[in-house]
Amino acid sequence: MKKPVLEINHLQTHFFTDRGEIPAVDNVSFSIHEGEVLGIVGESGCGKSVTSLSIMGLVPNPPGKIVGGEIIFREQQSNNLKEENLVKVSKKRMRQIRGNQIAMIFQEPMTSLDPLFTIGFQIIEVIKNHQKVSKKEARHKAIDMLKLVGIPRAEEIVDEYPHQLSGGMRQRVMIAIAMACDPEVLIADEPTTALDVTIQAQILDLMKKLNKEKGTAIMLITHDLGVVAEMCDRVVVMYAGKVVEEGSVREILKEPKHPYTKGLIRSLPKMTLREKRLYSIPGNVPKPGSIKKGCRFAARCSDVFDRCYKEDPELIQLSEGHTCRCFLYEKEGEVVHV
Amino acid sequence: MSKPLLEVKGLKKYFDVTGGIFSRKIGEVKAVDDVSFEVYEGEVLGIVGESGCGKSTTGKTLLRLIEPTDGQVFFNGEDITNLDEDGMRKKRRDMQIIFQDPYASLNPRHKVEKILSEPLIVHGIGTKEERKEKVKKILEVVGLSGEHASRYPHQFSGGQRQRIGIARALIVNPKLIVCDEPVSALDVSIQSQILNLMEDLQEEFGLTYLFIAHDLSVVKHISDRIGVMYLGRMVELTGNEALYDNPLHPYTKSLLSAIPDPDPDMKKERIILEGDVPSPSNPPSGCAFHTRCPDVMDMCKAVRPEFQEVHDKHFVACHLYDTDVPR
Repeated sequence: MKKPVLEINHLQTHFFTDRGEIPAVDNVSFSIHEGEVLGIVGESGCGKSVTSLSIMGLVPNPPGKIVGGEIIFREQQSNNLKEENLVKVSKKRMRQIRGNQIAMIFQEPMTSLDPLFTIGFQIIEVIKNHQKVSKKEARHKAIDMLKLVGIPRAEEIVDEYPHQLSGGMRQRVMIAIAMACDPEVLIADEPTTALDVTIQAQILDLMKKLNKEKGTAIMLITHDLGVVAEMCDRVVVMYAGKVVEEGSVREILKEPKHPYTKGLIRSLPKMTLREKRLYSIPGNVPKPGSIKKGCRFAARCSDVFDRCYKEDPELIQLSEGHTCRCFLYEKEGEVVHV
Repeated sequence: MSKPLLEVKGLKKYFDVTGGIFSRKIGEVKAVDDVSFEVYEGEVLGIVGESGCGKSTTGKTLLRLIEPTDGQVFFNGEDITNLDEDGMRKKRRDMQIIFQDPYASLNPRHKVEKILSEPLIVHGIGTKEERKEKVKKILEVVGLSGEHASRYPHQFSGGQRQRIGIARALIVNPKLIVCDEPVSALDVSIQSQILNLMEDLQEEFGLTYLFIAHDLSVVKHISDRIGVMYLGRMVELTGNEALYDNPLHPYTKSLLSAIPDPDPDMKKERIILEGDVPSPSNPPSGCAFHTRCPDVMDMCKAVRPEFQEVHDKHFVACHLYDTDVPR
């Protein structure tokens, strides 16, 4: 099997605040292969966005800091595979990688474009930063990118400002900027949350097309399990800064093992059948860093027992590629030591 | 069937667009354009639509939080569109609203006690002691505890704040509650808690809900009947099952097919609509949906379709179902 393009090992991103050190991302490991769509699922405050910002080297410092772990990025250069640890690389090198090899789409298409510059300027900026091309060529490329993401009248739109476009169009522009340099990895942080369902269907369709045609690996961060089923090959479920379950889309959505994943899937209103009452997970989503000891999910778990409050469970391998962080499965599989 | 508690007839709300140095009127945004429906006692009527379709404006206009431009609203058989301010305030004891954003709809400077007793003061209910007692009771009804009354909104999580929002609507014992996207700002695991709570309360207090949301699976779960809105107009209105099993309007069909299903085995035919929702300040002629409709005909561009009953209690506004017009 080929080595993954992006490998995250024991990543720890902490925030240093007045209230003390908060582990927003606590020992998270996962990897993405070429041409794969990996879904990261979790509720607000589970650390999924901080994980993606850590990969991009965009964690605001202070108060945030990567205190441990490594992010390995592998790049095919002619015949040899070049390996780099993104936690260690210089700022200058990071700037070369960011936007060129690893690009990101943010949640808010309204705020992530600069209102003072034209769409064209913002795409050309990325191209000129990373490639040796003339102004004219860059502009040509920008128009091509806009056409690729399905924007009508691309020649005119290129000279327009963000406020002249609708939400769906702006998100397409964001994708055009991210795809402009043909990145190996695309990180999409809730790319469709701010959009309507009919527009969401368009954007997901576009992302799938780019993934198939260009072989771009996509890391899709979302809280919508419907989007996950539609798009992803593998899924990582996060809760309170930790990975609680990882597996293929089918394993996670059809045979979830962790009580949290189970509860999350059961609590969705179903389109196909009408239940009298929805299942619901009791309690609230914990604030990052509020649980110090034991399993983070213990207080809301339906299968909780004494040990859960005292010890922190390890990730347990249930089958090839399917891991789960829960004491319930200790007898069924082996503890993973990556 | 029981009698209609709320009857909306030809409701319109146009917002003026002003411009120039004298702020003259230069156009209109037709946020709600001739919408009619009825809500029966004890039922949940869901209203779905994409952003900008006028569903929230409809909810606010029928409570007259926004003054309607035209049309009539009957509550319990009484026309409330011509009531004066004082009369309307008294009526609002029976008609309450829950807002979308639990962060913005509670005054951060007031304690929960003050937030919840304010509606009682406005309507002159009870003495000071009785009000205090009532606040405690209502907090327990919505799943919080009496001691929460002395806290400020920022000390609560999103789900808890929405419970306070529900308690504020409930405390005056209303008949109708307009729920304007009550769960869309909440996490999935919290969303199901709030939906269950709302259903329990409906049973316990015999409430009627007008449930406005953009999430079709949520609306399907809670509603008895569902209305679909597009660009300020109601395009389809029917019972819960009929809408999902047999959608008639092309917009409803594509909306239903666009929802990603969390079951990886469900492979469905998707209708992906092209383009965006047109601006309500310059809506297309004829049927508002004709610019994106896969089944568009010539007459759709010219004639606005009537909102008509096609099957039993299944209303739709589309020329495909015209019976008297030769095709």
